[in-house]
Parts: sequence; C-alpha cells; structure tokens
Amino acid sequence: MVAADWPGVDPAWSREISVASTSAADEPGTVRSWHLLDNGAQLSRRGLTPAGTLLCVHGNPTWSYLWRTLLAAGSDPAQPWRVVAVDQLDMGFSERTGTFRRLADRINDLGDLTAALGLEGPVVTVGHDWGGVISLGWALSHPLQLAGVVLTNTAVHQPAGSPIPPALRLALHPAVHRWGTTTSDAFLRVTHSLARPPLAADVRTAYMSPYRGAGRREGVGNFVADIPAEASHPSFPALSRVADGLHGLSVPALMLWGPRDPIFSDRYLKDLLDRLPAAQVHRFEGAGHLVAEDRDIAAPVFAWLAEHRLHSGPADVEAVSPGVPPADVPMTAPGVQAPPLWAPLTELAAGPDGGDTAVAEMGTDGSVARSLNWRELEHSIAALAAGLQDTGVRPGSRVSLMVPPGVDLTVVLYACLRLGAVVVVADAGLGTRGLSRAVKGATPDFLIGIDKALAAASVLGWPGRRISVQDLPAARRRLLAVETSLAALARRGQLRERTAAPPHAPHAPAPDAPAAVLFTSGSTGPAKGVLYTHAQLAAMRDTLAATLGILPGARLVAGFAPFALLGPALGAVSVTPAMDVTAPRTLTATALADAAAAIDATVVFASPAALRNVLATQGSLSRAGHEALGSVELVLSAGAPVPASLLAEVQRLLPRASLHTPYGMTEALPVTDISLEQIRAAGADAAAGTMPGAGNGVCVGRPVHRARVAIIPLADDGTAPGNDPVTEPGVTGEILVSAPHVKETYDRLWLTQRESVRSAGWHRTGDVGHVDADGRLWVEGRLAHVVTAPGTVVTPVGAEQAIERLDDVGLAAVVGVGPAGTQAVVAVVEAVPPVRRAGPAAPELAARVRDAAAEAGVSVSAVLSVPSQPTDIRHNAKIDRTRLSRWASAVLAGGRPGTP
Amino acid sequence: MRVLVTGASGLLGGEVARQLVRDGHTVTTFQRRPAGVDGAADVCGSITDDGAVRRAVAGAGGVIHLAAKVSFAGRAADFDAVNVEGTRRLLRAAREAGVRDMVFVSSPSVANSGAAIAGLGAEPADPARAHGDYSRTKASAELLALAADSPDFRVAAVRPHIVWGPGDTQLVERVLDRARRGRLPLLDGGAALIDTTYVDNAASAIIAALHRMEHVHGRALVVSNGEPRPVGELLAGICAAGGVPAPSWSVPGRLARAAGSVVEKVWTRSGRADEPPMTRFLAEQLSTAHWFDQRETRQLLDWAPAVSLDEGLARLAGHYGSPGL
Repeated sequence: MVAADWPGVDPAWSREISVASTSAADEPGTVRSWHLLDNGAQLSRRGLTPAGTLLCVHGNPTWSYLWRTLLAAGSDPAQPWRVVAVDQLDMGFSERTGTFRRLADRINDLGDLTAALGLEGPVVTVGHDWGGVISLGWALSHPLQLAGVVLTNTAVHQPAGSPIPPALRLALHPAVHRWGTTTSDAFLRVTHSLARPPLAADVRTAYMSPYRGAGRREGVGNFVADIPAEASHPSFPALSRVADGLHGLSVPALMLWGPRDPIFSDRYLKDLLDRLPAAQVHRFEGAGHLVAEDRDIAAPVFAWLAEHRLHSGPADVEAVSPGVPPADVPMTAPGVQAPPLWAPLTELAAGPDGGDTAVAEMGTDGSVARSLNWRELEHSIAALAAGLQDTGVRPGSRVSLMVPPGVDLTVVLYACLRLGAVVVVADAGLGTRGLSRAVKGATPDFLIGIDKALAAASVLGWPGRRISVQDLPAARRRLLAVETSLAALARRGQLRERTAAPPHAPHAPAPDAPAAVLFTSGSTGPAKGVLYTHAQLAAMRDTLAATLGILPGARLVAGFAPFALLGPALGAVSVTPAMDVTAPRTLTATALADAAAAIDATVVFASPAALRNVLATQGSLSRAGHEALGSVELVLSAGAPVPASLLAEVQRLLPRASLHTPYGMTEALPVTDISLEQIRAAGADAAAGTMPGAGNGVCVGRPVHRARVAIIPLADDGTAPGNDPVTEPGVTGEILVSAPHVKETYDRLWLTQRESVRSAGWHRTGDVGHVDADGRLWVEGRLAHVVTAPGTVVTPVGAEQAIERLDDVGLAAVVGVGPAGTQAVVAVVEAVPPVRRAGPAAPELAARVRDAAAEAGVSVSAVLSVPSQPTDIRHNAKIDRTRLSRWASAVLAGGRPGTP
Repeated sequence: MRVLVTGASGLLGGEVARQLVRDGHTVTTFQRRPAGVDGAADVCGSITDDGAVRRAVAGAGGVIHLAAKVSFAGRAADFDAVNVEGTRRLLRAAREAGVRDMVFVSSPSVANSGAAIAGLGAEPADPARAHGDYSRTKASAELLALAADSPDFRVAAVRPHIVWGPGDTQLVERVLDRARRGRLPLLDGGAALIDTTYVDNAASAIIAALHRMEHVHGRALVVSNGEPRPVGELLAGICAAGGVPAPSWSVPGRLARAAGSVVEKVWTRSGRADEPPMTRFLAEQLSTAHWFDQRETRQLLDWAPAVSLDEGLARLAGHYGSPGL
C-alpha cells in the first residue's frame, strides 16, 4: 500500500484504525483493522473547524479512492468538511477477515467504525453502488448524528416482477460467479471499463491496487453473492428494512446519477425518488455507473451542503453565498390562484352551447373524420379519468403520452390533468435516440401510445405500464405487453359512472402540483425535461388569451402541437388538420383550408416549416379554400425564427389575418410577441439607425402579458457571469425572463435548474440579445455560440442576417474556431444553387460574404460553403453552430472537408 | 539612437532600415553587398567574419539582427555557420561593444513540429523538433540570443509569420512564377487557415520591440497581421495582384507532404543548390493551419499592424501594375 501512488490522493489522508467488532460474522472480542482516507487530522493541524463530516461508503469492487475529489474539496479552507471515506472490511486496503459478511454485518461494521472514530454529528452519508445501501443502513440507525444523505448510482429495492439487471444476473450465475469475481479480475476490469470517458491508466492502476491476487478478492466475490436477488435470500430482510426505513427519513437528500449504467438504471432512481420524494436529483446525461469519475461530483455536493446549511456553528452564515437563491424559490407571486386549466371547458359543456363542436380532426378526404361537442368532450374526459384511476393512475403518477394531436390526445391529456397525473410529452421531433433518452430519464409509470410508439417502447425498453389507444388484437397486445386500451378504460369508466354512486371524483390538483413534463428540442445538448405546475400551465393559457386575444368562442386550426393542446382550456374550438404533426412540412394548403372551412376558423397555429409548405402547395387550392383562409383573423407561427419575407407571402394567402410570431422556449412559452407590421417597423428603425438598440439581431417584439425580460451583460470572455439584470437599450447579454408561466424546474437536473435561476426571480434563457429604447427585444443567438475574437465578442445573428441578404446565399451561420478569446470568425453558408461538396467558398463569394459581415461590424477570417446546414429535427431551422464550429476547426486546420 | 541592422539587403531588413531612417535614427546596415537604403551607412561583410562583425557593431546602441541563410536547400553546415555561429558571434561582439539592446528576428517555424497551429502564442523554440535546416538553426540561434539576455544587454526575439510585400522574392515571386507555369496546386482545396505579415507591419513590430525592451526582453513574440485567411484565398489574392490566373486544381495535402519529403531527400543527396520544387516544409506550410494569438504581442509591443491584408494586396497589385482582385 503506497498512498503516494494514488493520483489525486494526499498521502496524509491515508490511515489505519483498529476497531472492536460487534458484528454477527465475528467472534466476540474480535478486533478488525480498517483503512480509511480521512482529512480530519489535516484539518485540525491547519486549525480549520469542519462544518461536519461526510461519511463516504464505496460499493463493489471499488474502494475509498472513489471519493478522493470530495476529500480534496473538504480540505478547502473556504468550506472545511471532514471527509471520512472508508474501505469496507475485505475490501480496499482494509483487513481480509476470512469471513462472509452479509449486508446486516456490513451496516453494523460501519457503526462499529464510527463509534471507534468517535464520530459526532452532523454527519452526511455518501454512498455508491451497494455502499449506498450500507450508508443508508448506517443513516437509519444514527438519526441523531444524521444531517443528510447523498446517493450515487445505487438501489435499495428490486421492484417486484422485474428481473434483476442481466449484467448482475450473469455475475451471480454459479458458472460465472467465482471465476468472474474472485479467481480472475474480470469483475474489476468490467466495472472500471464503465467509466465515461475511460479512466486514465494511473487511475485504473490505483483502483486495481488493493485487489491484486485472488486472495485479495474474496470480498469482491462475497459482495456479489450477498446481493438479495430474491425474497428468500438471507440478506433480503436487511435490505427491506433499509428500503422501508427511507420513508421515515426527513433529512435533505441529494442524488447524483449517471444514467448510462447497465446495473443501476433510471428505474432504481425512480424507486429511490418514490421513497425520498423531496430529494434533489441531477442526472448527468452521458455519465455512467462510476459517476464520481465521469463528472465533478464534489462541486455539486458542496453547493448542496451550503444551500441546505448542513452544518452547525458559526460557519453557518459565511458558507452560503449571498444572491444565490435556493432552487426551489417559486417564481410565481404567492396568492395568485388561477382557476383550473379546464374550467372553460366545464362551463361550456354545462351551458346552452354544450352541443356545439369542441374538438375535431380532419380526414385525408377533406371532411371531418371525428368530432366531439363540449358535452361529449366533458363526458369522455370524465369517463377516461375514472377508468385511468381504476387502473392505478394516481396524483403524481407520470404518464407518457405518445398520441398524435387530435381528439384522443385532447381527451387523455385533460383526463390525466384532472387526476393530478403528470403528463410526459416527448415528441418524435427529438429523434429516436433523443426520444428514448428523454422517456427513460423521465421514468413514466404509464405509457399511453399509438401502435408505433408501443412497438418502439417494446424494442427500446421504455419504462411504464403500457396502454394502447385503440383495442388491440390479443396477440399484438401480448407481443407489445400492453395491459389495456384507452377505449377499454373509457368503457370501464362509463360503466362505473352509470352503476356506482358518483365516482370518487378526484380533488382538483393544487395549483403548485406538477402537471406536465415537456422537452427542449435538444439543439443545444441533450433534450432537457421541463416541469410545469398546474398554475403555470393556466398562466400560459391566460397569457395567450391576453396577448393574442384568443377568447372563448375562438375557432382555431391546431397545426402546432404545444399551443394547440390549450384549445379546450381557452374555451376555443380546435380542429387538427390532416397532416403528420411530427413532420410540420406535411401540411398542405388544401389540408389547412379544409380544416379552416370545417369550423369557420378564426385562428391558425402553424410552425414556419408548415407555412412554407402551405405556400409551396397553394397552387392547388380551390376557390372555396381561398375563401376559408380569407376569413382567418390571426395566424400564429412559432417554434423557430420566422423571416418577414415568409410572413409577407403568408399575408397574401390570408389577407385578413394579423400575422404574429411569438418568441419563447420550452421553459417559457411565450416570452415576447411581434406582428408582421411590427417587424417592418423594427426593420425601419434599425435601418434609420436613430433608435438606441434597434438592430443587430432578430427583433422578437415586446414581452407578452405579465412577462418581463432583462439582460445580464456579456463579459469579455463571452459568458454572462453577473447576477444583476439590466434593461438599458443596446446592452448585449444573456436574456432573462420572468413570468408566471415560466417553468417550475428542470426535471431531475438539479444543477441545471440551479444555474438557470442563479439570478433570483429570473429564468436564464441561454439566448443572447438586447433591448431597444422602445422596449423591444432583439435576439442575437445562443450564449453558447458567442464567438470571442481578439478584443471583441461576436454574437452570430446580426452578421448572419447581413450575409443572408446576399442573393446567392441561403442559410448562413457564424461560428468561431480556435481558442476562446482569440477565435477566428468563420462564416458557413449554403450557396444558391447548392455546392456539391463542402469546403472553402470560391474567393469571389468569400469576398462578398466578408464585405456583408463587415457591414454588420464583424470581420470574417474564412468562408466555407456547405450543401446544407445541420439543423435540429424538431423545427428543421435551428442551426447546430457548435457542431459547425467543430467541423470548421477541422477543415481550416488543413484537413479534408467531409460534411458537417 | 544608433542602430545596426544586419541583413538589410533582404525585403524585411531593408524595410526595417528605411523605417528607422525615417524615424530619425542613425542607421548602419551590415550585409555582404550594399543594402541601398538611403540615409543608412553600409558596412559590407560576412556575419561569419569576426572583424567585419566587430566593425559593424562599433558605436551602436541597438542591434536588429536579420542576417540569416534563408533557403529550402543547401548544406546543413552552411546553415549552422551563418545562422547559429553568426548569431553567437554578433551577440558576443555586441556585448563587448557595449550595445544595450538587441532584437533577434526569428520565425514561428522554430517552434513548429508540423502540426496545425490555431490561435496559439509563441511556444518555446525547439531545434530538435523543428523541420528543416533553416528552422532548426534559427531555433538554436533564438535560444542562444534569449539566453544572452541580461539587465545590461537586453535581448528579445520577434517572429514575424510569412512576410510578404512588393519586391518579395521568397513567397510572392515564387507563387506567381509557379502559377504562371500552371504548377501551383491547392492542397486539400486550400482550406488551411493561415496568417501572414505584410512587410511594413513586420518592420514596425520589430522596431517597436527595440523601443519596448523593458516589456519584451528575454521573450519571443510571434508577429502577424492577425488576419488569418484560407491559404487558397491568399494565393488567389497574390495571383490576382500579380495578374496571373489563380490556382484551380487541388491535391491531397498528405500526398504533397510525402512528395515533399522525397524531393527534399533527393535534393540534399545530390547536393543541388537551387530551390527544390516542393519540400515537406513548404507542403506543411500550405496545408496546415498557422495562425496565432496576437493579443499579448500587441499589448507588449503597444503596436498594431498599420497595413491590412487587403490594403497590402492592393499595394502589391500597384507594384505589378495589375488591377488586383
């Protein structure tokens, strides 16, 4: 044992201690020798008083080395914590006892050790893998010392009816177990190989060092053999005691999770969350089993400790930095109580117009395929809610809805909301991989979907009890493991409504109860889940109503999913046009006109991509079609920037309509709104150059009803590090928004959420822009895409717009290559007509692009041409500038171009 | 100040001497043949000659050392004699003559092992990894020069990157000559991002180093226009300025680097003194990125390039009497 050979470990932390054992595995009077990493002596030598102790327990087959970053962080004089990371007996550099120690022994062993150390409170336990269970066992038996628990990739319970993970099954198999875990070092090697990115060679060597030779690995094999895979296992009662005990645990809990774990997958996280619902969770997308190696866990652990003031004594005040609010500060003003989301629907159903159409969906033949009037809609929702309740959907249950917009989705959505269930809305626009990652991360209890979605769930192993929309043939039902159908549940609910006394109607959920999880488009990193409460959804509805004047009685064509679902909540009639809503480009002019004609539509919701196709197919529009579109009063297009030129063309097709394009994001829908006339006025102001702040970016208008925007100015390094928002015209920085309809929190992304509300009372959008003297917001791009050239910070959109004004350029992107602070600015353009191969633009085009950018004040080093820009799947509009930047770096370094 | 400029018969040395004269300094130039700089006194001689070197430094307060063997061909021993031993000789003579400050004009290639350079500063000179005899000997000489830096005798190294301008025979004439004969390919489509230095800017930076010795002595600074461009565009700009059609055919950079290695070996073995058509060094220069972080250079020198890349190309076009791009 040579502590100097362990990278990242201060040799002074390594110590051994003799501990009298009281465990059943040992004869009375036995003394065991433990190895620990412990910074306690070092802290007191330096005269530092720790705020408390982190008691860190490794799993199998690692050792205390796993926690070295916590030891280093705890030794920081700014936040001294004693960190005691133990090597469990028969593991690491602790004694090889020759006994078989079961879970109960190990929990008791840890108690023996802390008694010998004389450890007093406050103690925060930290556990990984099976060390998580042992740390919790200790926590439950030391309530007086316990101040908090931290868990990383662990489990306390094997959900009934679900098999244990295949990898563990293999390790437990009699033919494999002894050889795999003890005789050979295969189990160690496989575990170490789970690190993402791979471990450095010297770190791997350190992990292996206590386990060289089969004689040193008995504990590894025994640990695996002690996994209570079945109820008959001798350690099962001990595990159950821990699992059940968690319900009574009231201390703060933090869970840091690597989802790419073949053993402790998201379903175990979900189980833990069910037991510790108040826990704060961060899933590090892309990280795996060894999350402590894959990501920096020390910073979040210490931030969490500070946030919860998990220590006593005078350090209390200093450790919490001012201006950082706890993540759970509600952004809505207290006392503001909106009526439930569905109130207008209920009123209309009970009123004299209850027989009027409420929702409809169009068939491909141009006629209404299906419709419900307000009374039918109300009844359908009530019946389905009763049926869903019958089958086990409870307040807080997560229900993933994979149903295309239309009557079915409307009914099931409002049924779930009424029950207080949380709807999880992941759409195909995330791409198969992104969708799969999103669904698995959200761990729905139920998955309601059309055939295609259920088949994907079956193949990709998505969690949740499966419910089909229509009744399925028995064979197909078995194949897809589908329990029931919406149709069957509605029948069951109806029956109960008729026979039984009034069904135990659910209480209306509290305004601050979670209602929905939506997902970001994933154009800037993995898609993030965004959680809304009922009050926030209602506020979103009210904002749409107040800003755009969509009131009860409005009749809307719902070609754009997010807002379309609010139709019944607005008291508006909604019709779904015949199109593949997951592919907006499939909306034709005729389909739009048919839908408009069916309900005498006054409002059209459509994405820019859908509008483009409508314009492209307007040639086949009938006279009646033109008339139907001619009576539309409002067109709302959102999801991606809508160029004024596109709106102008749309205006010719819908001459009476006021054209609006709100700006927003999944976390705040919408933030601002602007009409075509206002876009033109803003353009004129920018051209005139007389209004402070007008120009440089896309003008997205003024904040919507009850929303405010502000700016955190950019620093020289292209970040927005400050916390004091400003609203002076022309100051470029990160855009902040505050509104009652801003999201509650990111889902299971505690760190991301914390960062997003760093400026108290505001949501940080990650977009950059500025406001002008007229209160209008101008968006200049994404914060992550800001280019830091020598002596200047370049936001991309202004120069991109200038370049796109060239006749022979389509979409343009401005990116940086080279080190931050001295980046070279690169313009990547789609030439018109398109080039066949990506590479440097011809010198003549390059010169004109450079001149255009120079007019916007940006000096461009290189111009590259691409056949087409890489865009996001959902909107087909957001250019992935990060990816382009990587590609441009490779090309301009002197490589072969390839495609971006 | 009395300033000695060695190697003033070259493009850059001549410009340095002219700017010094214009600024009112007393200038001596030292090279094998008269430099022809109006207002400067010529001392003719070889840097390999002790006596000549001593005569040249006599009475100088500052020295700017540009004299070097700059070539892709020739015997290794000749490079050592001129670039390494010549520098050692000049350093000794200058110190003995009581010279206060010396600027050693170097090249970014002293720290370049052939990999792409994107936005880096001046890395340490490394003779063992530099490619070719020129870079190797300049690297050794720079190390010698910076090692000689002391409070009484301050030495700084300035590394201008690819100097060009009207009258340039090293780059401009070669590019035009080859393009004229249709023998100038682009490597990998000419995408590699390359920064260059217009000759006037290189000269003013070198002189700025002499004036800012208290900030820069003991250090090496890369100097460039700070306007990186894809090499294909640069070549097209030079060709347009010279009234010659721009290169339009491309060969893979890997192939050119391999061919350059072969040609280099053949030339070295056969002892030819003329310039080879392609060398590995040249192929690397034309197919990998070379651009630099100029922030510290500009701050330390309190200097910025006065002539932009486009203005430089316009002046080049004026020189050749062509309309340019």
